[in-house]
Amino acid sequence: MIALDFAPVLAEWPALAKGLGLTVVLTAVSAVLGVSLGIVCACVRAYGSQFGKMWVAAYVELIRNTPFIVQLFFIFFGLPSLGVKLSPELASVIAMVVNLGAYSTEIVRAGLEATPKGMWDAAKSLALNKRQILRLVVLPPALKSIWPAMVGQIIIVMLGSAVCGQISAQELSYVANLIHSRNFRAFEATMIAAAMYLALAMLVRQLLMWLGPRYVYKH
Amino acid sequence: MVDFSLWDIFRNLLLAMRWTVVLSLIAFIRGGVFGLGLLVLRIGKYTWAQNAVKIYVQVFQGTPLLMQLFLAYFGLALLGLNVSAWASAALALTLYSSAFLTEIWRGCIEAVPKGQWEAGKSLALTFVQQLRLVIFPQALKIAVPPTVGFLVQVIKGTALASVIGFIELTKAGQMITNATFQPFTVYSCVAVLYFALCYPVSYFARGLERKLKAEH
Repeated sequence: MIALDFAPVLAEWPALAKGLGLTVVLTAVSAVLGVSLGIVCACVRAYGSQFGKMWVAAYVELIRNTPFIVQLFFIFFGLPSLGVKLSPELASVIAMVVNLGAYSTEIVRAGLEATPKGMWDAAKSLALNKRQILRLVVLPPALKSIWPAMVGQIIIVMLGSAVCGQISAQELSYVANLIHSRNFRAFEATMIAAAMYLALAMLVRQLLMWLGPRYVYKH
Repeated sequence: MVDFSLWDIFRNLLLAMRWTVVLSLIAFIRGGVFGLGLLVLRIGKYTWAQNAVKIYVQVFQGTPLLMQLFLAYFGLALLGLNVSAWASAALALTLYSSAFLTEIWRGCIEAVPKGQWEAGKSLALTFVQQLRLVIFPQALKIAVPPTVGFLVQVIKGTALASVIGFIELTKAGQMITNATFQPFTVYSCVAVLYFALCYPVSYFARGLERKLKAEH
């Protein structure tokens, strides 16, 4: 007979909270850097030189067509043989930024393509330079229209960070594994971790939808 | 100590890639069939069934695939079934695919104008007939590009089956790394192989999307 016992897992709540904390930190840092990277790459892809466009396209395709876990292993296990040694946390952040950067490039690009050309002409007639036009005129409405998709992608990356436990970054899934290796309550520990991820995903969605209009694409 | 040439590494990875392909196809096809069933419940007239599918989708889209794999692996064991990593991975990925495909297809069905349902009803078609004869053929056209695009997601998802010990491309990469101590080369090869698998599918999906856009 199946007897589920959540008590021994819940007793480890300080460890779970700490793991959740690292998951939040990893997500927050990589969301800020990843979205920024995506915006820059999307601008290069839309308005940059032919050379820049090509590099961005290659980067986006390479990342979007390989699994996150392989990117993570490549950075954590592969790069040291080139002399780049990284801590698990730093490797996780880099992998998440690189991953989110590629996806958000595509998302932002869709927003830029949808902005009417008249906006550029109007801004030019006000003698704004290229950078000002992007920052003040074109990007805000573009970001506004793609923000829900961006929030979805940030949450996907947040959920993907569960894999970072595999290179011993001590985030939530790592802690869940640690707990069940101590008390053998594997199903219960995983269940609680999954529930925490679900709650976090809902919370992050609400938070980002609130933050977007206030800080990301202010008018 | 056995020396591994680049070709040895590549050949062994290529052999393991079979399992990535098989697992992807199984999860995608079974997920599609199961997802279709969920879709009918989701757009049907029973509110409780609609809500149940909504929750199902939210749970699978709101938790990491890795946790889902662990839950399938440990959960089936808890039920007293002595399951292999292969069976649990196939189960978890099937459920995962079904949740995403249901959600994708629901969007496509909702894109079909409401008048089409009403027209079907006015011809005294039953709910199933309306779906089969009127709505599905129209929704199918818009559903193909995102569905093919999701296949890429499934292929990448199978990489996580390595964590519960199923030997596919990523796990083979880990094992070969442990034998050769050449992580840079091995993981580069792994990435190249995934790319070779996923890029044509992405490219095909994008082509379909463009064609669809041009038609409208």
